[in-house]
Amino acid sequence: MPRPFTPKVVTASDLLEGDVIYLTAEDGWTRQLTEAELIQDEAHAQLRLLFAESQPNSVVGAYLAEVKPGPRGPEPTHFREAFRATGPSNYAHGKQAGA
Amino acid sequence: MYSYSDFDRAFLAERNAQFRAQVERRLKGHLTEDEFKPLRLMNGVYLQLHAYMLRVAIPYGTLNGAQMRQLALLAEKWDKGYGHFTTRQNIQYNWPKLRDIPDMLDALAEVGLHAIQTSGNTIRNTTADHFAGAAADEIADPRPLAELIRQWSTDHPEFQFLGRKFKIAITGSPEDRAVTAAHDIGLRIVTRDGEQGLQVLVGGGLGRTPMIGQVLRDFLPRADLLPYLEAALSTYNLLGRRDNKYKARIKITVHENGIEEIRRLVEARFIETRAEFSGEDQALLAQIEAQFTPPAFRGGNTETYDAAYAADPVFRAWADTNLAAHRRADHAIVSISLKAPGATPGDATAAQMRVMADLAGQYGYDELRISHEQNVILPHVHKSDLPALHAVLKHHGLATANIGLISDIIACPGMDYCALATARSIPIAQEIATRFEELKLEHDIGPMKIKISGCINACGHHHVGHIGILGLDRAGVENYQITLGGDAGPDAVIGSRTGPGFPAEEIVPAIERLIRAYLDLREDAAEPFLATYRRLGDAPFKSALYDESARTKAA
Repeated sequence: MPRPFTPKVVTASDLLEGDVIYLTAEDGWTRQLTEAELIQDEAHAQLRLLFAESQPNSVVGAYLAEVKPGPRGPEPTHFREAFRATGPSNYAHGKQAGA
Repeated sequence: MYSYSDFDRAFLAERNAQFRAQVERRLKGHLTEDEFKPLRLMNGVYLQLHAYMLRVAIPYGTLNGAQMRQLALLAEKWDKGYGHFTTRQNIQYNWPKLRDIPDMLDALAEVGLHAIQTSGNTIRNTTADHFAGAAADEIADPRPLAELIRQWSTDHPEFQFLGRKFKIAITGSPEDRAVTAAHDIGLRIVTRDGEQGLQVLVGGGLGRTPMIGQVLRDFLPRADLLPYLEAALSTYNLLGRRDNKYKARIKITVHENGIEEIRRLVEARFIETRAEFSGEDQALLAQIEAQFTPPAFRGGNTETYDAAYAADPVFRAWADTNLAAHRRADHAIVSISLKAPGATPGDATAAQMRVMADLAGQYGYDELRISHEQNVILPHVHKSDLPALHAVLKHHGLATANIGLISDIIACPGMDYCALATARSIPIAQEIATRFEELKLEHDIGPMKIKISGCINACGHHHVGHIGILGLDRAGVENYQITLGGDAGPDAVIGSRTGPGFPAEEIVPAIERLIRAYLDLREDAAEPFLATYRRLGDAPFKSALYDESARTKAA
């Protein structure tokens, strides 16, 4: 039995800044995980990933990251994605600095 | 120290211009990421968890003041005001923008620094004893040979596409502060019948399959260094596995073929390579050596030092831990700790870099070193200058007296920065250092090397820590395994794993239990942790780790 699909977002790194970015439902890119498109369907996830990969001149290393729905939008389920969404823990640098 | 020739400058300028054009082509879309990635890696540019990272080589750990000031400039102008010194005598900038990196490389070239071959399957920055040229116990300064290797290996056409990365370390002292036994090739300067030569180790390395290097050649005449390295590298290049990344390092080649077979192949190839060297390398070495003559050491008495040592307990504590014996009795080697409790191991702000550069200029013959233990060294300071130097360090938060003690922790960047990491390292180092600062036990504990890696690749050298900590991802939670009894010294030892790992919130208490067990078990205060461990084995320490935690949970 295939495992049931769990919610995803499309995430990547920005070519110029190297910063973590997320695909929005409006075909744009956001720096905030909460603003990302929450993908609930496997076929749709593959299409969205293809869409991201079709922008190699602004987006690097796109992949599907596991998330769960939250009151403010998608939330990370794994600590790696939580760090990517906030920044390092030793300094208030990265995304948390702008929050 | 070595200063660039016209050839070096022209080579680097051309290389930087090439990379600038490659970045432009990437930004315009003329190069795909797949095409660009190997090009950026060749120039030290990684794409990490939150940003690009630029890794700059500090050749054999040696810097002058102008170079240190330039590192500060890069930190301020193109990064977030700090840099991270690594376990391979590199500095990493964690936040550069791709568009700025060509300018950063040009700025580095102004002071004779580069990021070439700090990544990729090439010969990496050759590391050396951070006390080189200064240590009382040294046979010879290894840096001229390290510089010769740098020049030979940089852009060496045969070794740009090795099966895997290749790390060389060299020491001129029997104390081996360069962990030569944990390198693909380790070189140790030795003497035989009054002649200087090299003992060559091969196949050491940490990572997922930790191994201690074996002796490939017991005594190699100095003049044969390059042809012999070329023979060893070309043997590995042909024989090393390319089918499996995890079996591609030379340690696996040595392990699978046996040291005798490797030696036979290398020696056979050496006959050919030696014939191809016609002596230019030795002429070059002579020119390099002329640039490594020791500074004109000043004389004078050490009364101010003796007086401060007698009168000031803070200075005395610092002097006792952070000074090492210099080849001249009236000088000392100063280690500047980048490990203030709670700080990120190996990080220095631009302001601190400038202070250290200024101090090197004022008191240290303009020389600085970076250690693989992520500290900064002033290799030559007259003892009478030490009280004044200490006062300046104290003012800038750089006078932490903990070299070789429990808070002098090696830690890789871990999952706070690194894309490969499976768990964080830095917060664990911060918490351990802070905890033992609260307990005021550090000096009572004595010599203690804790080394932390955030993944199996072992950049934090956890296998050779007296206490090693390895951060892993266990079912989506950070988990930390402990190894005990590792030793990075001349008789290097890989530590043994104690058993199941601990979650992040339990690792610091676990380390505290280990240390308290040691304090109970040691014969007297003069017996360091490693000696107690070797005398008693791991049973009492495992008991402290696991039985006590079981008792605590049951209670």
